Amino acid sequence: MKNPRIIGTIALIVLLGLTPLAFAQENYTMRVITVGMCAAIAVYGLNIILGFTGQLNLAQGGFFGIGAYGVGLLTTDYDWSFWAAFVVSVIGTAVIGYLCGLIALRTKDEYFAIFTMAIGFIIFLVISRWESVTHAHSGVNNVKFPEGGGIVDFESPVAMFYLVFAILLVCVYTTYAIRRSSVGRTLLTIRTSEDLADAIGVRVGFSKQLAFAASAVFGGIGGGLYATVVGFIGPDSASIDKTFEFLMFILVGGMGTVAGPLLGSMIVTFLFELFQDFQAYRFIVLGPIIVALVIFAPRGIIGYLGGFVDKRSRRRRAAEARQSTDGRQASDPRGPDGASKSIESDDHSGSDSTARNQSNAGHTGGSTSSEETK
Amino acid sequence: MTLFIQQLFNGLALGGVYCLAAIGLTLVFGVLRIPNLAHGALYMLGAYITYFFLTTVGVPYIAAIGIAAIMLFVVGVGLERLVFHPLRNSPHTHHMIAAVGAMFFFQALAQAIWGADFRRMDTPITGELRILGAEISAQRIVIIVTAVIVLALLAWFIKRSIHGQTIEAIEQDRVGASLVGINPSMVSMLTLGLSALLATIAAGLVAPINLLSPTMGDALNLKVFAIIILGGLGSLPGAIVGGFALAIAETMTATYVSSAVGEAVAFVVLVAVLAIKPNGLFTKAVQR
Repeated sequence: MKNPRIIGTIALIVLLGLTPLAFAQENYTMRVITVGMCAAIAVYGLNIILGFTGQLNLAQGGFFGIGAYGVGLLTTDYDWSFWAAFVVSVIGTAVIGYLCGLIALRTKDEYFAIFTMAIGFIIFLVISRWESVTHAHSGVNNVKFPEGGGIVDFESPVAMFYLVFAILLVCVYTTYAIRRSSVGRTLLTIRTSEDLADAIGVRVGFSKQLAFAASAVFGGIGGGLYATVVGFIGPDSASIDKTFEFLMFILVGGMGTVAGPLLGSMIVTFLFELFQDFQAYRFIVLGPIIVALVIFAPRGIIGYLGGFVDKRSRRRRAAEARQSTDGRQASDPRGPDGASKSIESDDHSGSDSTARNQSNAGHTGGSTSSEETK
Repeated sequence: MTLFIQQLFNGLALGGVYCLAAIGLTLVFGVLRIPNLAHGALYMLGAYITYFFLTTVGVPYIAAIGIAAIMLFVVGVGLERLVFHPLRNSPHTHHMIAAVGAMFFFQALAQAIWGADFRRMDTPITGELRILGAEISAQRIVIIVTAVIVLALLAWFIKRSIHGQTIEAIEQDRVGASLVGINPSMVSMLTLGLSALLATIAAGLVAPINLLSPTMGDALNLKVFAIIILGGLGSLPGAIVGGFALAIAETMTATYVSSAVGEAVAFVVLVAVLAIKPNGLFTKAVQR
């Protein structure tokens, strides 16, 4: 595991996993972090459809709301256990997501974005107006905590943190696995050019459908956990603002990266907490930040750092290659990879390469060195 | 029957408002190839500025709308310069996200200045007209008449004036238009300014009937997008037909079924149409 990106991601996750050591006594902080992680799960869903496939899905807040209301209503009004309610609402979100995808994915680009925005708004309307089922604006109170077995008890914020953390880990790993698999490459091809993907035989429709359903499932999981962590949900949890919040998380962290959604969610959640006193006015500052990010850093923090890391590691590899050519004879039989690296290192002209030429001169006896000896 | 006629006029008035807002949006799409998600926020800002000049400063109603329209024209130009121009070579998702950022900014700004409470704007136009036994408020007649006049002026501007024709030229062929000496940047600024101006006129007209709030643009935003998608993105006749059709459908459903269904009718229609025709009803071939 030499890839600095993977090391960075793991470091980030370990750091997050250790936060209860520092904040275990501060229930409020623990809850803020846990809510941030719930959002991060939904953002991972958005990452699959927007980051990988390049389709702007504006219904993610709606799916989040379906997950949240599924868990909330089933555990309170129907007295189900959390786990049963959670599984049913995630499956429910998947089914609704799949059905929406059937129509939504017939459309493209702007049509897709606006159409999913309309889906999100319909979900919000249903939740905020269907009083007999969803209690409309009074919301759902006293959502059940997950039932623990034996010594595990989810009523403490730290236990809740680790429950969400564990599910988040699964989501991060799933994203990583998708990114590495042929499915992920297919999605990235679609992002680059749908027509091209179609031409080279990629099943564009099927892949997009898969990505859309997966993103809905992640949204449902995040929403379901959110309902139980917060204990109260209102129609706001399904609003279009929620979608835009997710969008900001992914934008800050970095679209299409594995660590981006997590980092972005955490940073912006804390930014929101910082601006808590100016709840309504925070977007006077955050709005222009969103615009500036899109213009100047469209790849987010991870994209920016990633570019930096890649450049450094490339330079380091080049330096290593140069050193190894110093030690060995240039005529050593090497793989094609090594050969390309030595070509790269030969590009560096300067004092050290002259020195190398001189040291190699005895072995190779090339034309340049014979000129130098004259 | 009386109720029907009354609701028909209500629908026509609403349709006029939708048309003015939708035409601006579809013009921007035609020229810049982006769905400006901040359009509803411009509409909201227009309503508040009209309110400010009418109530706080005390200028006459028509003048207040005029001043607000000019101010919003400047805001629209600024939006093009600061947000959309730097992004002109980015993927289309970036435009939409940036527009969302701008939308949040405008909403927070309005809330900071005027507060989150609903506000009522009184209009000097009072009185009612009797048409076929139905009582129609004069304000609604004014909306319908103004909308028709503004639409006619706009049609003249685009078809006959030099600046308007440059808009149409850019819509048809961006590269070709710039080859014959049309500056796409200038046209983009003009179009966004114009769209904000039209939205402000719509907002100023409808404000006395509805209440003002920083989020008043949200519902309109979605409906106007539904309209231009129904009509086909970038199509002017589509926006006009879609605007009136949707407004009348909405008013009638709200009257004869329920207000909640009326609110959702735009989206139900949108879902149904896109399920059958994914590119809208009046789509013309748009080249990218």
